[in-house]
Amino acid sequence: MASVEKIIEFRDVSKSFGELQVLRNLDLHVNAGEKLALIGPSGSGKTTILRILMTLEDIDTGHVLIDQDYLWHQQVEGKLQPASDKHLHKMRENVGMVFQQFNLFPHLTAIGNIQQPQMLVQGKDKADAQAKGMDLLKMVGLEEKRDHYPHQLSGGQQQRVAIARALALEPKIMLFDEVTSALDPELVDEVLNVLRMLASDTDTTMLTVTHEMNFAREFADRVLFFDKGQIVEAGEPKEIFSRPQEPRTQDFLKKYIAGIA
Amino acid sequence: MEWSWTVVEAVLPKLAQGLIVTIQATFVGAFLAYVLGLGLALLKMSKIKVVAWISYWLGEFVRRTPLLVQLYFLFYVLPDLGIFLSPFVAGVIGLGVHFSAYTSEVYRAGIENVPKGQWEASRALNYNSYQTMRFVILPQSIPPMIPPLANYLITMFKETPLLSAITVIELFNAANIYSNSHYKYLEPMTLVGLFFLIVSVPSAYFAMRLEKHFKPKSMRG
Repeated sequence: MASVEKIIEFRDVSKSFGELQVLRNLDLHVNAGEKLALIGPSGSGKTTILRILMTLEDIDTGHVLIDQDYLWHQQVEGKLQPASDKHLHKMRENVGMVFQQFNLFPHLTAIGNIQQPQMLVQGKDKADAQAKGMDLLKMVGLEEKRDHYPHQLSGGQQQRVAIARALALEPKIMLFDEVTSALDPELVDEVLNVLRMLASDTDTTMLTVTHEMNFAREFADRVLFFDKGQIVEAGEPKEIFSRPQEPRTQDFLKKYIAGIA
Repeated sequence: MEWSWTVVEAVLPKLAQGLIVTIQATFVGAFLAYVLGLGLALLKMSKIKVVAWISYWLGEFVRRTPLLVQLYFLFYVLPDLGIFLSPFVAGVIGLGVHFSAYTSEVYRAGIENVPKGQWEASRALNYNSYQTMRFVILPQSIPPMIPPLANYLITMFKETPLLSAITVIELFNAANIYSNSHYKYLEPMTLVGLFFLIVSVPSAYFAMRLEKHFKPKSMRG
């Protein structure tokens, strides 16, 4: 991907939850099509970045841009104002998210979960939504589970359906928030394989918060190491994992290898 | 004290009429309780803090004061303010308002028990608030609401004798009027109890079945 178009920009963004500051004056650029892995200790602010992009959390100060347009602000007569619901709704079309806890709709089947958003949000008719849903279920290897309800599926299968559901709306940016953390170890790979396939086959911009370092190494174009609400170190996976420059990164990776982090 | 079938024969038609009034009051009152309760629940969950706070305490006030006092207020005090209600109308309003405070808690709990992740997934999929409620939250929260709402219907049925205090001639009052004028209490009151049992026991069983039926399968995810 030769594109250098900036698809995501954080400009001096800070965010606190009460006393706890989770992002400190964060600056971050992501190019279109880039695959990013966000690593770091828990509570370091990685997940908050995804949640801000998905409009699940707002920001205290600074600006966030998606595709050159303000996410949490909008321009009215040349002045920046807090974004209206309508503006947020429009901006959300660019972004899709997969959650740690899957969050499938328990009252809908696998195909229903993928079909409904297309019909409600994109106004597709049922046949189109279903065809697209079946394609996606095939892609994640679950076409024979189409009529199963979430509680009839394993965690790994639920997560693959959740990925298909998010992809069905064709967002330019996909956010993956610790998507394997809630899974039994033997189910992790079937989910990561889907992510690997997406990374190599699509030009979707992907941001992944993960504790799977081996996966991050092969998946990412760039790895960001977070600590205490700031990017401590960023670079290509081989640099970060083989020659980390910052003591905090070295320390984290050492602990990870020892099985603590 | 001896059981007299003659008394039974004399009082039965009056009790039958009273039972009809009881059933009418129960259903109209329950309908009011379900509708008002939903409104109250929505107000309690309002994002506007003052509205949520006022409606919460309104609900508490209604729940923490006796239905009998509320009925007296509606029937005997409101006329002083120029509002005249028939005994039946005052009765069903009293029942409906009183139990709306309880049903509102059922609605609120039902909605709040839907995991936060469901709201977040809806937003991530770009559902608007109507679509989130209609297609995600309510389909998950209504089934667990049905058994407790059915139980309140049975409770309201059992509370209807209170309406006798404001001269509604429901089942109990019908018996009471007969008893007081004939000095016969055994048969009428036994029959009243029996009537309540005949309706209550199968209904309670039915409510239990509902509870089993709507018990959530694994709702995880």
